[in-house]
Amino acid sequence: MTETLFKHMRDLPSSHLLGTGTPTCAGCGGLQALHQIYDVFGGKTVFVNAAGCMTLLSVYPFTPFRGSWLYTAMACAPAGAQGIRDALDILLEKGQISADEDLQTVVLTGDGAAYGMGLSATSSAIERGLDFIYLCYDNEGYGNTGQQYSEATPHAARTSTSKGPQGYPGNKKDLFSIWAAHKPRYVATVIGAEPLDLARKIEKAREMPGPRLIIALSPCPTGWDFSPDATTDIGRLAVRTGIWPLKEYENGKVVHTRIPRKRLPVEDYLKRQGRFSHLFEPVRKEALLAEIQGRVDAYWEGIEG
Amino acid sequence: MMRKLLTGNGAAAWSARLARADYIPAFPITPQTEIVETLGNWIDNEQLPARMVTLESEHSMITAAGAAAATGVRVFSATSSQGLLYAMEMLYTVAGWRAPFVLVNVSRGLAAPITLEPDHNDIMAARDSGFLQIHCADCQEVLDSVLMAYRLGEDERVRLPVMVNQDGFYLSFTREPVDIPDPGAAARFLPDYDPENIRFRASAPVSQAVAVLGGAPYSYFRYESHLAARQALEVYDEVAADFEAEFGRKREALEAYRTEDAEYLFVQLGSFATKAREAVDRLREAGWAVGLLRPRLFRPLPEEKIRQALAGRKGVAVIDQNLSPGRGGVLHAELASVLFGHADMPSILVSFIGGLGGRDISTEEFFEMARVTRRAVEDGKAPPPRLLYTETELREVRKLQAIANAERADLEKKP
Repeated sequence: MTETLFKHMRDLPSSHLLGTGTPTCAGCGGLQALHQIYDVFGGKTVFVNAAGCMTLLSVYPFTPFRGSWLYTAMACAPAGAQGIRDALDILLEKGQISADEDLQTVVLTGDGAAYGMGLSATSSAIERGLDFIYLCYDNEGYGNTGQQYSEATPHAARTSTSKGPQGYPGNKKDLFSIWAAHKPRYVATVIGAEPLDLARKIEKAREMPGPRLIIALSPCPTGWDFSPDATTDIGRLAVRTGIWPLKEYENGKVVHTRIPRKRLPVEDYLKRQGRFSHLFEPVRKEALLAEIQGRVDAYWEGIEG
Repeated sequence: MMRKLLTGNGAAAWSARLARADYIPAFPITPQTEIVETLGNWIDNEQLPARMVTLESEHSMITAAGAAAATGVRVFSATSSQGLLYAMEMLYTVAGWRAPFVLVNVSRGLAAPITLEPDHNDIMAARDSGFLQIHCADCQEVLDSVLMAYRLGEDERVRLPVMVNQDGFYLSFTREPVDIPDPGAAARFLPDYDPENIRFRASAPVSQAVAVLGGAPYSYFRYESHLAARQALEVYDEVAADFEAEFGRKREALEAYRTEDAEYLFVQLGSFATKAREAVDRLREAGWAVGLLRPRLFRPLPEEKIRQALAGRKGVAVIDQNLSPGRGGVLHAELASVLFGHADMPSILVSFIGGLGGRDISTEEFFEMARVTRRAVEDGKAPPPRLLYTETELREVRKLQAIANAERADLEKKP
């Protein structure tokens, strides 16, 4: 693919494939990303789902998907994708289905499955060169069960299992680099608040063979504690503060697709979310704020021109 | 037809080949590994037009198996012991998908302590998963049962995955003469798989295995699985009749050996039942009216056939190669529930636990079990479950303990 169809916002798909009326929370950043991604994928897909918020998209007898769906369990959605992909290939080889009956196999999981329980299954699916797309909606905690911290939770965030004055003591796992270390065909980070960047990456991934993996940071009004109308603002701030770098891995190289000029201070992002309010009230925790800013600065050092 | 010396594992591999399995998700585990190695070799040498994929775990292996079956191809897989338990979440899950495939389990005891040798605790742990279960006593039966299992599971009245169980070592690594049917005869008995509406196609989008809210839809689909498994009883008899017509071998849901006039019966699953057969012959020579019942079909359990076979008998010795700690043998409890409340059933059902972790059950022990059962009938009271163990075995373990204690004492003496 040489040219993107998505040069301007007006080029983005105007018809929306994903149905309305899903049981996700108002302002769900994961659903925002999924809407946009699905529009680019099209309906000739089978989503293979692991336990998480999006499992409740398809509740008998309803589904918002035009295409197909298989719920597996928390740890093994990539193995489900393997079985479907292999079976479709067998049927194609034997001439039992025609090429237009083929489906794009898309794993859909949250960060709980992607960063933790399902990482082994993902690692080996990449190693086997499975022709599939992995879509992780990352809301930085076990959202569906009430936002307990996960391996994707950022440092100092308050979750329902890290309510102390310092918040979550660990650090967000670098899943992008872990995936990229396997040398798959493509890895990218996206966010629903940057639809053009997202559409270009999904368009690119769609046309490639092999393992393609996408992490969509998914601002979560319920889990992160902000008003549902702020999802897009917070998503944009995640990018403009440099907290969520938009980038892609291809052919052994990582390219940043958006380098924020004049990065905003991280606290512009943090103070909009209740999960970080303990960093500002009753007293500002300068050391923690400086630590978070320092990590972001260190990340961008050498990347910013 | 070809007659060859095959291990149980070899017979299992041949059955997958004769069933024309399209897809074989795999993961190695002793004592099952020879099955996937054999299939892999055939695929590499273009003797078997199937696709084999080694997953990173049995959990993923069963997921891939179920997902491929749900896409509409014929799937074969095999595992054992810890592997079966590692896959346990997905056994329940894929059974609920109602996408049929066959899984051979090579029975092996469960940790702890870790062992390679056989008993039935692994397959019993999968009892309530929704998979149907066929238990085999010899290598020929392994081959026959896999072919039958596809017919059974794929039947539109059933649509459930099926496990075929064989004992590790005793069958998996034991060579026996096995009749390998001609591919044509196998195809006559088992036609190509028709997935009907269980499939993924671009022109016919479908959501499979979706969530439900509330107990009403949940119960409905669970009951459907149960009723499908119950229908498998009738379907099994049809499949067995067709199998006998094609291959001349009787593969009944409940195998009865010298039971016609028997007052006492052994009831046992799997390959150790061949030891019971030998004991029955010897006891018959000594004038005992003894027989053997061996359920081949364990899920669904052929209850009516069991009741018919046990009507009017004096006593039953149930031999379990599994142990539910704090309770006893699983087959014993199952049998008691089958008999309870029905007229003319034996009132004495004695429970024996044996053959754990590869431990043998000797002919003398079968004699002793017959004596204990007869005594219980005379006393009108069944004794508590008997754990088979000999004085020699206890002496051996005491020796091992003495070594362990001596080693520890030696270590503790050192500064």
